[in-house]
Amino acid sequence: MRYIKGKLFKYLCLAATTIALLLLALLLWDAWDKGAGWLSWKFLDSFPSRFPEQAGIKSALWGSIWLMLLTAVISIPLGVGAAVYLEEYAGRTWLARIIEINISNLAGVPSIVYGILGLALFVRGLMLGRSLLAGALTMALLILPIIIISSQEAIRAVPNSIREASYALGSTKWQTVRYHVLPAALPGILTGNILALSRAMGEAAPLIMIGALTFIAFTPSSPFDPFTALPIQIFNWASRPKVEFQYLAAAGILVLLALLLAMNAVAILIRNKYQRYLIW
Amino acid sequence: MQRIRELAIEKALFFCALASILTTLGIVLALISVTFSFFEEVPILEFLTGTIWAPTYRPQHFGVLPLINGTLMIAVGAAFIAIPFGIASAIYLSEYAGAKARQMVKPVLEILAGIPTVVYGYFAISFITPLLREFVPDANIFNAASASIVVGIMILPMVSSLSDDAMRAVPRALREGAYALGSTKFEVSTKIVVPAALSGILASFILAISRAVGETMAVTLAAGATPKMTLNFFESIQTMTAYIVQVSLGDTPYGSIEYKTIFAVGMVLFIMTLLMNIGSMWIRERYREVYS
Repeated sequence: MRYIKGKLFKYLCLAATTIALLLLALLLWDAWDKGAGWLSWKFLDSFPSRFPEQAGIKSALWGSIWLMLLTAVISIPLGVGAAVYLEEYAGRTWLARIIEINISNLAGVPSIVYGILGLALFVRGLMLGRSLLAGALTMALLILPIIIISSQEAIRAVPNSIREASYALGSTKWQTVRYHVLPAALPGILTGNILALSRAMGEAAPLIMIGALTFIAFTPSSPFDPFTALPIQIFNWASRPKVEFQYLAAAGILVLLALLLAMNAVAILIRNKYQRYLIW
Repeated sequence: MQRIRELAIEKALFFCALASILTTLGIVLALISVTFSFFEEVPILEFLTGTIWAPTYRPQHFGVLPLINGTLMIAVGAAFIAIPFGIASAIYLSEYAGAKARQMVKPVLEILAGIPTVVYGYFAISFITPLLREFVPDANIFNAASASIVVGIMILPMVSSLSDDAMRAVPRALREGAYALGSTKFEVSTKIVVPAALSGILASFILAISRAVGETMAVTLAAGATPKMTLNFFESIQTMTAYIVQVSLGDTPYGSIEYKTIFAVGMVLFIMTLLMNIGSMWIRERYREVYS
């Protein structure tokens, strides 16, 4: 009897796991089934339109790429710098402890609240308007906790012997960090940063808050231009009742998922390539 | 010279770390300042106890309870999906699965966790809602059930992977002890491993529910835009996050009362998720079983 119960339980747990996997397959299949027919070069190279046959994601795609680059430029130096400070300089002071608790709390703040901050601080406060720069700053703050936490883990994984060897040769603290700790932690830092950026790539809520428009028939040419992004375009199409727009949303989702998959693949490649050389 | 440089670099790095504190301050200040000016126009008691939310048409009503009601419905509904499935798959991953199965399942869960929420929202309206309406024909096109299901799927990987981590941290010796006394694997899993990892498992539940409370795009797309006091999952409702999106999509003049509602509702949302996150951290620290 006990054994039957045990077997039953095992299959129950297995079934629960399988369902999660099936759902993922179902989700992908649903998007592919509805969107694949709408994917074409024209779809990538046309602006949004009232007529589904002519609509495309050119402005959204370029907006997302711009947004991603700007977000990376802002958040990576800030995040890696903070991680270096916390791991290498701060020690166990109360201030460092507060910063760490604060970061783990920030990681749990809903993305839409960052949108509210962006609206109040960047759009209104700094008068950046509904520009790419305002969007990128908001996104940078949103992914900062993820960047800091993953960079900290990468830096922590560098063994102390490396640091001590460097000090023994007379290096200063910064020289040790710059020439030994950071290069050794680089693959881990890069992987974490790419994953954080891919999170920013899929976020729509903060951008809607700061008022990223959806009907934009041009590609941005400076950080101060208004913009739209892939998730917003998808949201816009998905919220329309007409069925053709639902298909367009599905096609947009396929493009977005392909981009995210590519970013993840790069992150995994970096991790695998360097893990082989760096065995302490 | 070199000392100055070292010091300058340390200070610069310190300011990077300070940016996170400034972010928190920025969020709190932005929310508080506008929320206060909102309460100059709407009494705080009316906001917190009113049962009608109608800020955009006259007569205006500013009772936040319908929005909180909608948010909690989604959170509870999502928990009903994510907790049983999440914990079962965590037990499978930690106790039953071989190394090979883990290597296959873990990345899939990571992918599931990395899918943008707007994609889940699309999935809800294009797949789950039509399917649901096959079984419950009088369900509204926009309904809480469909949104709950999809948010449940969304937070499932979180429950599963955090609980899995907690269970794997239980030392092997504990399991061996139970086996030596003649327990079956089922008994070891449910009577030894789960209780020993309970603090981590509970923490993962709270964190996942907090994520469901803050979830925005999927509920905006699938749950509708009608704030109401209901417990019927097949009706259209509105969550706090969906309301904030709705106002931002419209042309809301800066400084108007509608504009201020964004911040007041955002404040409630922020406080709710913050309390849950702190609670989750507290449970994990306070009730952690320490093995040496």
